[in-house]
Amino acid sequence: MSLDFTVVPQFLDVILLGVLWTILITLGASVLSFFVGIFFAIIALYAPWFVRLPFRAFEWLFMGTPLLLQLFLIYFGLIQVGIDLPAFVAGVIGLGLHYAVYNSELIQASILAVDRGQTEAARTLGLSRMQTLRYVVVPQAVRDVIPPIGNNMIALLKDSALVSVIGVSELTLSAQQAIGRTFRPFEFYVTAAAFYYAINLIMEAVQRRIERRIALSR
Amino acid sequence: MTDTAFVEIRNAAKSFGSLQVLRDINLKVERGQIVAIIGPSGSGKSTLLRAINELDPLSSGEIWLEGVQINKKLPHRQYERHVNQVRQDIGMVFQHFNLFPHLTVRENITLAPKLLKGMSAGEANALAEQQLAKVGLMEKIDAYPSQLSGGQKQRVAIARALAMKPKVMLFDEATSALDPELVEEVNLVMKQLAEEHMTMIIVTHEMGFAESVCDRVLFMDGGVVVEEGPPEVIFRNPENERTRAFLRKHLQTNHNR
Repeated sequence: MSLDFTVVPQFLDVILLGVLWTILITLGASVLSFFVGIFFAIIALYAPWFVRLPFRAFEWLFMGTPLLLQLFLIYFGLIQVGIDLPAFVAGVIGLGLHYAVYNSELIQASILAVDRGQTEAARTLGLSRMQTLRYVVVPQAVRDVIPPIGNNMIALLKDSALVSVIGVSELTLSAQQAIGRTFRPFEFYVTAAAFYYAINLIMEAVQRRIERRIALSR
Repeated sequence: MTDTAFVEIRNAAKSFGSLQVLRDINLKVERGQIVAIIGPSGSGKSTLLRAINELDPLSSGEIWLEGVQINKKLPHRQYERHVNQVRQDIGMVFQHFNLFPHLTVRENITLAPKLLKGMSAGEANALAEQQLAKVGLMEKIDAYPSQLSGGQKQRVAIARALAMKPKVMLFDEATSALDPELVEEVNLVMKQLAEEHMTMIIVTHEMGFAESVCDRVLFMDGGVVVEEGPPEVIFRNPENERTRAFLRKHLQTNHNR
């Protein structure tokens, strides 16, 4: 038995649709994890204890349990309490919150690393605590944290394959569907891997562009 | 309306734990006056300056600006609102400039007026241009702080503080972090402010500058004002032995530079 990649083009529409879903999930979850990550970081650093402590428990849930379990819980578990989310939405929320917790850790450290003089200068001008955070501290913290967050987003891309288990036909599941019909696992898994790699390269290029653009303003 | 001077500090004291850094300090500054505070490092001069706008609040004593007590004891929320309000009237310039690196020069200057005075983008822009022209940096309006020299950064920081139209300006060793050849451009801007009768309190190591622009000089050591008077007396003919020793030492180190 030999390898035959000529079967791949026949299923290109299936695979490309999978690529599209993978990109949508990754994009949606990345954006969610970025903004929610900033929100979580501010809660962790500045909220009063009765908000901070329950939040810690929530954070532990997302850091200390498998992502796969979290996806099951959000998609299948929540139905029991009356929340019936479409698989795609459940996947974006699950991945997004999971990575928001990781991004939050990075952003917290970065907020604390912003020079005290920045806060002093802003407060001296008359800015309130919240205004100082919003306009002076957080923008700088976020800029400093873009390289490691970019790495998280690439990890997120790879973890998006897990969403196949709740039935989203993203790239990995599309490959499996093609394999089901052709019995050619090697060809289609390699094809899927090549597409993951290509998306990866695009993400890295975007990240480099962003880093170049903000280089001046540090 | 009030019997306090324009800026008045009464019986100011401050301690960090058991360390007393300020002891029974009294100071009156009239409108348009320029006061220099000199003294060795650790004498409490920066702490006193930072107490004036509540960056380092006093342990006891009072600070007044134009009949308003700055360090009022208030419940937390009211205190925050009060402090945010009074700080708008007090410009401060730091040793390390503290420009916002993620904003352009223009945005550095317009941020506070836009947020706090409800200025439109157009009004704030005009204000930024006006303040920058004053410190001679119009051509840098769209630059980022990382593209400026130290002296230029400090001039922008001064323009940023002036944009809030403060009643008094505080300078915390504004030229100490600058290369010697960049000190003069900042001093010139400060002299210009003096000519416009801006009320200023200046913590400095530049004795020559203090002597040429200030109306009054305070010499601080060990958290107290040791001697106070017009610059020609403090610099030429000080009464106190500690003042004399400090100035002698300072003169020597400056000659050796």
